[in-house]
Amino acid sequence: MTEKINRKRQKKEKIPRVAMPEQEPEKRNKNFNEVTLGYTEEDALREASRCLQCKNPECIKGCPVEIDIKSFIKLIQEKKFDEALKKIREKNGLPAICGRVCPQEDQCEKVCILGIKDDPAAIGRLERYVADREMKEIAEGIKECAWSEVTKQCTREKIAIIGSGPGGLTCGAELAKLGYRVTIFEALHEPGGVLVYGIPEFRLPKEIVKREIDYVKSLGVKIEVNMVMGKILTIDDLFKEGFRAIFISTGAGLPYFMGISGENLNGVYSANEYLTRSNLMKAYKFPQCDTPIIRGDKIAVVGGGNVAMDSARVAKRLGAKHVYLIYRRSEEEMPARNEEIKHAREEGIEFKLLASPVEIIGKDGWVHKIMCIKMKLGEPDDSGRRRPVPLEGSEFNIEVDVVIMAIGQGPNPLLTSTIPRLELTRWGNIKADPITGKTNIEGVFAGGDIVTGAATVILAMGAGKSAAAAIDEYIRTSIW
Amino acid sequence: MYKIVKKEKLVEDIDRFYIKAPLIARKAKAGQFVVIRINEDGERIPLTIADYNRSNGIISIVSMRVGKTTTLLSSLKESDSILDVVGPLGNASEIENFGRVICVGGGVGIPPIFPIARELKKIGNYVISIIGARSKDLLILKEEMEDTSDELYICSDDGSIGYHGFVSDFLKEYLEKNLTGNADKRKDIARVIAIGPALMMSAVADVTRPFNIKTIVSLNSIMVDGTGMCGACRVEVGGKTKFVCVNGPEFDGHQVNFELLLSRQKIYCDQEKECMDIYEHKCMLDK
Repeated sequence: MTEKINRKRQKKEKIPRVAMPEQEPEKRNKNFNEVTLGYTEEDALREASRCLQCKNPECIKGCPVEIDIKSFIKLIQEKKFDEALKKIREKNGLPAICGRVCPQEDQCEKVCILGIKDDPAAIGRLERYVADREMKEIAEGIKECAWSEVTKQCTREKIAIIGSGPGGLTCGAELAKLGYRVTIFEALHEPGGVLVYGIPEFRLPKEIVKREIDYVKSLGVKIEVNMVMGKILTIDDLFKEGFRAIFISTGAGLPYFMGISGENLNGVYSANEYLTRSNLMKAYKFPQCDTPIIRGDKIAVVGGGNVAMDSARVAKRLGAKHVYLIYRRSEEEMPARNEEIKHAREEGIEFKLLASPVEIIGKDGWVHKIMCIKMKLGEPDDSGRRRPVPLEGSEFNIEVDVVIMAIGQGPNPLLTSTIPRLELTRWGNIKADPITGKTNIEGVFAGGDIVTGAATVILAMGAGKSAAAAIDEYIRTSIW
Repeated sequence: MYKIVKKEKLVEDIDRFYIKAPLIARKAKAGQFVVIRINEDGERIPLTIADYNRSNGIISIVSMRVGKTTTLLSSLKESDSILDVVGPLGNASEIENFGRVICVGGGVGIPPIFPIARELKKIGNYVISIIGARSKDLLILKEEMEDTSDELYICSDDGSIGYHGFVSDFLKEYLEKNLTGNADKRKDIARVIAIGPALMMSAVADVTRPFNIKTIVSLNSIMVDGTGMCGACRVEVGGKTKFVCVNGPEFDGHQVNFELLLSRQKIYCDQEKECMDIYEHKCMLDK
């Protein structure tokens, strides 16, 4: 018996991690279709067969929402795809999204036992596969959508959620599953938060986001768009209207600028604006869609995170001949996911590393050049990354017609400024318990980027999920 | 969907829409604005709330046909709906008993100045209003402004009604007449509030600067979300970058960099023209 298992394991280790089919770089950098094409059934079965089905799996602990990864992969091995999806949905209402945008390499896949000697199991790709498979089968009429029409009747207390990004959606879904009457208030005209305004179509198709949101709605969650909370309704209004608890998940929606000269010239965008125009407002379809965007020939993107990669890749797709990514540290320190960096490079983004803008030079009110200074890496700073130090006298100019600032986002004060008694950090983030999300105001919870500062989709989802448990406990016990 | 319960043509190319939006009407204050989107492919544009009625839940906006979006808006009829109306956005006007105030409204700046003048008068200010248009037949809201002002002066660029000249020219003469000379005859002006095209507001700020009168202007920059998320609307006030949507729309006119505002308003000139041309061509074909 032992010998048989050993043989089986040996055989498994021989199968290399199944690569993700992708559009060719030179083709994809001219369209907005999804870059990664997803596994075929054969790919998925092959990849699933690599999973060791560990007795004490580490992967589940590596997942911020604790998906039962071992079980869902087992179900794939058994070709029980619907059940595999059901297993994921027990813990995660947005599998098609997470399968695409989660940094699995830092979470579940990082601790995968298989990864010690070999490449880890491609958990994210498998998650995506089962979620996409259901969508495809429903679209092709092979299968009835089990949940599209069934809107559950929730009868328990009313809960308000502010912001329909990943944190809000997850919190809402969890609470609705427990029978609470949940209303999510969204400021924009479309629910999804960063999933719709921030992450581009080619990385996360909006059809998929819509579909996952439909699933959340089918659980009984109501979503009201065009509701800028704090303006149209205050926290106190919500309590007066009978909401027993409020979860604030308004994200990191305030763009930072560098504060250098020339930043208000025509042609300078915050990444938020550039991506919102392109994604939410579909400016890439201009003039079919009415929202314009400046399509430059030479574009500089400042920053090294995922938002910078997204902006650069959008710029390329909008027809720019040269897209320069200006980052003050080296590639090693870039906060972007490796996959995004790799994709950006393949698509022809030109990296200008160890350089930092000092001035944007204009001509007739428009961006003309960006002046940068070369940097070297000094001692590590608080974040553990080596601090960039300017090299005196090393300034150089790059001719550009558009500059996109992707140097980070802060908490948007629009809502918090209307709640004077709410305690904030000195950066304007809401002070909340990292597990329960409790703020200093009874009945008010908060989670996601508005608490932690700009982070990831899955961390916001994790916060939404644990806050949902805390909200349930608060409602049941009335203990704050 | 937000239903247009009534539409009035004020003058050629300028319409007033009464829109059912009870939650917005309940909270709206003078000086605030809404962002609207007409259809699925439409852009988001800001429009000042011209009035609000808390009891029947109706807000009104006034829009002039300039580009595709405003042209589409003007093609909507009573009982049609606007896909998205978001608000009330921006900060409300400061309404206090300042004493003697001058409200200056130019063109489509008159509708937004109207509720401000009304609220200022209600609280006890002596309201002097100066409104202007290119010509008599383009002047709007004359009666409303009459009702809400202690003194009303009308200007027209072509002299077809009232004072022949810009509102800023009239303001200058008015201030010179009332604020110079004999100290006991002087009637100090506590503040000037000016709303209209950027050039007009800039001219008003230039006129009041030597008199040292606090001058408030309401800026009309390009916006997308209107909630401080994108920074499209950024302007420079007192040398610092501000977002019109959340820090404004009203600012100290003497601190505003109008040159930058004017430049930034023109960012999408070419695209707007392209969009409009396609739209007009399509309209012609439809006919």
